[in-house]
Amino acid sequence: MLSNEEVQHIAKLARLGLKEEETKKFAKQLNDILDYVKLLEEVDTKDVPLTSQVTGLENVSREDNVERFCEKDELLGCTELPVERDQIRVKPVITEN
Amino acid sequence: MIELTLAQAAEGLRKKEFSSLELTKSVLERMKSLDSQVHAYVETCEDEALKQAEAADASLKEDSSVLHGIPVGLKDIFNTKGVRTTCCSNIIKDFVPPYDASVVSKLRDAGMVMVGKTNMDEFACGSSTEHSCFGVTKNPWDLDRVAGGSSGGSAAAVAADMAYYSLGTDTGGSIRQPASLCGVVGLKVTYGRVSRSGVTSMASSWDTIGPFTKTVEDAALVLKEIAGHDRRDSTTPKVDVPDYTKNLGQSIQGLKVGLPKEYFGEGIDPEVRKVLDEAISQLKSLGAEVKEVSLPSTKYAVAVYYVAMPAELSANLARFDGIRYGSKPKGDVEDMIDYYFQARSEGFGDEIKRRIMIGTYVLSAGYYDAYYKKAQQVRTLIIQDFNKVFEEVDVLATPVSPIPAFKIGEKADDPLSMYLADVFTIPSSCAGVPAISIPCGFTNQQLPVGLQIIGPQFEEGKILQVASAYEQSTEWHKQRPQL
Repeated sequence: MLSNEEVQHIAKLARLGLKEEETKKFAKQLNDILDYVKLLEEVDTKDVPLTSQVTGLENVSREDNVERFCEKDELLGCTELPVERDQIRVKPVITEN
Repeated sequence: MIELTLAQAAEGLRKKEFSSLELTKSVLERMKSLDSQVHAYVETCEDEALKQAEAADASLKEDSSVLHGIPVGLKDIFNTKGVRTTCCSNIIKDFVPPYDASVVSKLRDAGMVMVGKTNMDEFACGSSTEHSCFGVTKNPWDLDRVAGGSSGGSAAAVAADMAYYSLGTDTGGSIRQPASLCGVVGLKVTYGRVSRSGVTSMASSWDTIGPFTKTVEDAALVLKEIAGHDRRDSTTPKVDVPDYTKNLGQSIQGLKVGLPKEYFGEGIDPEVRKVLDEAISQLKSLGAEVKEVSLPSTKYAVAVYYVAMPAELSANLARFDGIRYGSKPKGDVEDMIDYYFQARSEGFGDEIKRRIMIGTYVLSAGYYDAYYKKAQQVRTLIIQDFNKVFEEVDVLATPVSPIPAFKIGEKADDPLSMYLADVFTIPSSCAGVPAISIPCGFTNQQLPVGLQIIGPQFEEGKILQVASAYEQSTEWHKQRPQL
């Protein structure tokens, strides 16, 4: 069972801020879901390989040709933040706190 | 004109019975009069569509694509250059992409007329389109009920004759389930058959793209145009794209159809079951050899999905931070960490937050082996089931959804019960095999029921053949909701 504190911790790792009543609601729902997926424990998977790609492709490569995709200004035009010298100005990453 | 199929509309254009401009105007008219009730669209592209239609009329040739000049609705997850693309999420509610998804480029080259972007569950997460930041799509057969999801808008648009075809995405059932609930044809392709480039990823090892249409023939026509290798999506193999229409109208005499016993047990609504039984009798009367088969790992598929999918989703949605694109936080923020928390808390809806947290948890140190690795192993067993069963039979016939369209709000507070409704669509997504939902009857309350035909990887032609033979021997696909 996930406690409210654990739910808060997971939310923090995922960069989601939760209010107290949200934490309680999510704790119950997440525990329901995690309880359900425990069903997998009963399957014997000794020596069963993992699947992450279903059509069997491996190490797909192609010629490393440079091609124009979007123009710089079109991409920078997607941000709501100020753009200076082709860079997006963000809040301080490192603060005294 | 609006009730025509895609094939009929394309033929009419060539015979000059009407123009693309007339087709487009009739669809836009229909949207104006009906969509305030149905809410299939979140964006109407009237001016662009009229321009595209005029251009299509001017450039129509005998060998033009069958999609040339035909009005289409695209799920709001496909990047469309210059047209707002939101994934129905507040976090990118004002995002206007600077480029087209590969599949949209293909449609543009084919002479696309895009009348609008269709509603969906936020980032394709849901089975009811209730998790859209723009509000729910109503089922054209009963406006108090959901259209299914996540591609509910695309399904409802075709069901209500507000598009000749539409595109959606299917990760665990998001094309087939709404197609079933809205009484239209919905095709989920083999994983990698259609390029995902420029389509916002949900769970990258599961996501597929496919059409909603009024007939099986139309689905075959659209698939031919959108399938194939794309160097921008390394998961699209270099497998030839056949002319799928060659499979249409062919007999299914002697073809082996498997009925997986795990799909016909408890939990199916009795009326849905009755409709399915009749559909299977119909396949028999067409000469198919129907036999019971077993896919023993079926009962684990939903659990595999709800570990692996959130894991992939949480990684994919980590890029949404309100910096390079998307909405910045409303209030003042101190520093970057605060910025991330606020942008994401304000931007994502509850279902997304739930799934991101599940994904974050199952991938976190100490839990990876117990959840994610385990799920990937059980996924292998599910694939082995399908490989084995396709040595015995050509295709499988199953239900799509255990229940018909449910009332709006009915499952809103119980996410797990909503997840379990995907029990018949998730296993084939696990295995990356193609599957189609076709109309096969109605419940007593006139709610549509879909029949699912599943085939081996890259055998879309085979499932289209069976679906077409069934469809041509019944009248279900001709029924239209009273709106």
